[in-house]
Amino acid sequence: MNILYDERVDGALPRVDKAALLSELFEALPDLEILHSQEDLRPYECDGLSAYRVVPMLVVLPERIEQVQALLKICHALQVPVVPRGAGTGLSGGALPLEQGILLVMARFNRILEVNHEGRFARVQPGVRNLAISQAAAPHGLYYAPDPSSQIACSIGGNVAENAGGVHCLKYGLTVHNLLKIEILTIDGQSMTLGSDALDAPGFDLLALFTGSEGMLGVVTEVTVKLLPKPQVARVLLASFDSVEKAGRAVGDIIAAGIIPGGLEMMDNLSIRATEDFIHAGYPVEAAAILLCELDGVEADVQDDCERVDAVLKAAGATHVRLARDEAERARFWAGRKNAFPAVGRISPDYYCMDGTIPRRELPQVLNGITELSEKYGLRVANVFHAGDGNMHPLILFDANQPGELERAEALGAQILELCVVLGGSITGEHGVGREKINQMCAQFNSDELTLFHAVKKTFDPQGLLNPGKNIPTLHRCAEFGSMHVHHGKLPFPELERF
Amino acid sequence: MRHDHDASNALLEQVNHALNERIALRIQGSNSKAMLGRPVAGEVLDTRSHRGIVSYDPTELVLTARAGTALAEIEAALDAAGQMLPCEPPHLGPGATLGGMVAAGLSGPRRPWAGSVRDFVLGTRVITGHGKLLRFGGEVMKNVAGYDVSRLMAGSFGCLGVLTEVSLKVLPKPRKCVSVRLDMDVQQALSKLAEWGQQPIPISAASHDGAALHLRLEGGEGSVASAVERLGGAVLDSGYWTDLREQRLAFFTRPAPLWRLSLPYNTGPLELPGQQLLDWGGAQRWLKSDAAPQVIRQAVSCVGGHATLHEQDDRSFQPLATPLLRYHQNLKQQLDPQGIFNPGRLYAEI
Repeated sequence: MNILYDERVDGALPRVDKAALLSELFEALPDLEILHSQEDLRPYECDGLSAYRVVPMLVVLPERIEQVQALLKICHALQVPVVPRGAGTGLSGGALPLEQGILLVMARFNRILEVNHEGRFARVQPGVRNLAISQAAAPHGLYYAPDPSSQIACSIGGNVAENAGGVHCLKYGLTVHNLLKIEILTIDGQSMTLGSDALDAPGFDLLALFTGSEGMLGVVTEVTVKLLPKPQVARVLLASFDSVEKAGRAVGDIIAAGIIPGGLEMMDNLSIRATEDFIHAGYPVEAAAILLCELDGVEADVQDDCERVDAVLKAAGATHVRLARDEAERARFWAGRKNAFPAVGRISPDYYCMDGTIPRRELPQVLNGITELSEKYGLRVANVFHAGDGNMHPLILFDANQPGELERAEALGAQILELCVVLGGSITGEHGVGREKINQMCAQFNSDELTLFHAVKKTFDPQGLLNPGKNIPTLHRCAEFGSMHVHHGKLPFPELERF
Repeated sequence: MRHDHDASNALLEQVNHALNERIALRIQGSNSKAMLGRPVAGEVLDTRSHRGIVSYDPTELVLTARAGTALAEIEAALDAAGQMLPCEPPHLGPGATLGGMVAAGLSGPRRPWAGSVRDFVLGTRVITGHGKLLRFGGEVMKNVAGYDVSRLMAGSFGCLGVLTEVSLKVLPKPRKCVSVRLDMDVQQALSKLAEWGQQPIPISAASHDGAALHLRLEGGEGSVASAVERLGGAVLDSGYWTDLREQRLAFFTRPAPLWRLSLPYNTGPLELPGQQLLDWGGAQRWLKSDAAPQVIRQAVSCVGGHATLHEQDDRSFQPLATPLLRYHQNLKQQLDPQGIFNPGRLYAEI
């Protein structure tokens, strides 16, 4: 399976004369840093999905919003595709460059413009790192809630583009729930404010539409985020189970008891062992599954909730429940979970991280399905979940040096995502479609739904110059590579010729 | 008694008929939000024949229902399972429907702390301007596949399509709820709210009626008890919040036009002719005033907010900046090319 841009099915791209474009840009924007030699371009050939690489035609590194605006106007006039990029930590290839396009790097916009503690918001440039916002707000006892695992490096502009999540989403929401306002530029250089300093804005909710639109509708130039008071205390319970099913049921039992944990994470035996070897978090290596349940808030409530959850977990058949004794142990429990991916990386030459979501009640079914698929494809799968919100991150273990293993891993991953769709879930919970899951979009949406997405795109970028080929597949791609979206027993795209 | 009925085919047929005959449609449930927006001329498309809760599993925290389902029925089902719609949507009439709740996008007193209607929308089924019944989003908490068309539908007043089904995230009710009344003036209330907003105090509603600050505290027994002890004040009947949400307080019976002002949290007292009632900890203020719309809108825009007239009027909603209006028109053109869905309800141009 090749996910690189394929003009045959993804649509023809305009021909761009690199030398002519370069001289035009030098003349119009003399102080804009432009990279154009192969050796300078190479570091930008991929984002966090490093299996796929394309050297961009040019990389631009603007430092002023006016430069971005002028650049977009030129690109629009000359019909040059533009791929926006934040910190490049995305896991779905959303910032994968185009050979025939400009990579617009927004990372230098790294200033925090305002932290307003009375108004409980921070206004920042798009290249500011996620964690830097919480650090700037900390002296006021406030923080920015969404915490993707890449938060030390990822930029807030990229978070908006991907609607990034994290381990605390069930209680505190995704990026879309934590924004007040964004400033954007459309492909023709038009600036607009979406949302407002108040809690809502007149007109259509374009702020929600742009959040998670993967840089396809506009370029984010400023972000105003909500800040929340830091919870007074947070405590973590670690529960061991002798079966994954019991652990899965316990998750539903906690919710049924009326408790919304700050974080609720699950790991299976393979992940537990890999993590314990690496981090020594104190995980029980014999357990079939563990649950990490974090309860946060005001001291008295947290104490109460811990007792309730402890009782629920034991009633659900936990073989052992431990409350982290102190802050150090709590940090250690979390360190294990947060290092689960690199830990799995130590037991396998390569791994491929999936991001499907399912209704929680389907957890046992999905796990059984994954076990079967894992045997069928002859590849091990380690399971790590944001169990509270049904977001699974199965890690497929493979060795890229073994001929055919990468292809098998990709095929296995695609099957897992399609299983999620069949069970009423989604192919991506928080990593985005990007280029990686472009074919699986055909399983989740039918041709009419995809056509409507293309209509949304046309509203803001009729020529398709912003980040072409990402997020929404063409109907031709679905006809050729997509999985079958069988709707009411009818095959999709009857109007299209099969290749 | 429930009268579940799947009328999606009939609704689809009516839309396709309207598309063929180029007839404008006025989409409505019980018409409980008729006071908002511009008058629409068109054939009525009544969603109430398409009703019933399709699925509700309390442990999944998700409820899916058809657009014509009575909001009261949904709330009763949630209540029976100890859960709620955290955004506390106003009914504004006895027959309010789920579709109207989402299309109007109005949220109640808990909104600043819990989130708005759109924050709880997980998925929708929509009849589009191309005469298709499509599904966006889903029944899972996290889903970033494709554009977020579901949340775009919230607050769009039916101008982009006919909502036929909505999946909402729901939450358990808090274990403890106490409301208190504290005597202080508006200025003092706003500065206290700014201070408390930076602290983990379990406030879930805050309103000032001109005489006193009304607070609702929700959470576990411990946090609510300690907040009540710390804040003091007189115990308040929790019916206040329902009356506020449903605009039944005496304030709303005054004769002048009703305005909703949406403002940044840290906005001080706003000098305007007429009377004001604070909600959302100051981020939403109700104004009864005969002042000219441009005077009100000017004052509110200056501090970064906007004003909506809660009366059927040509200028109910705050006008949009020119480029933003152009993209609204483009979006309408793309999703409803024949302009049959509630034409002009939001703005004359869309």
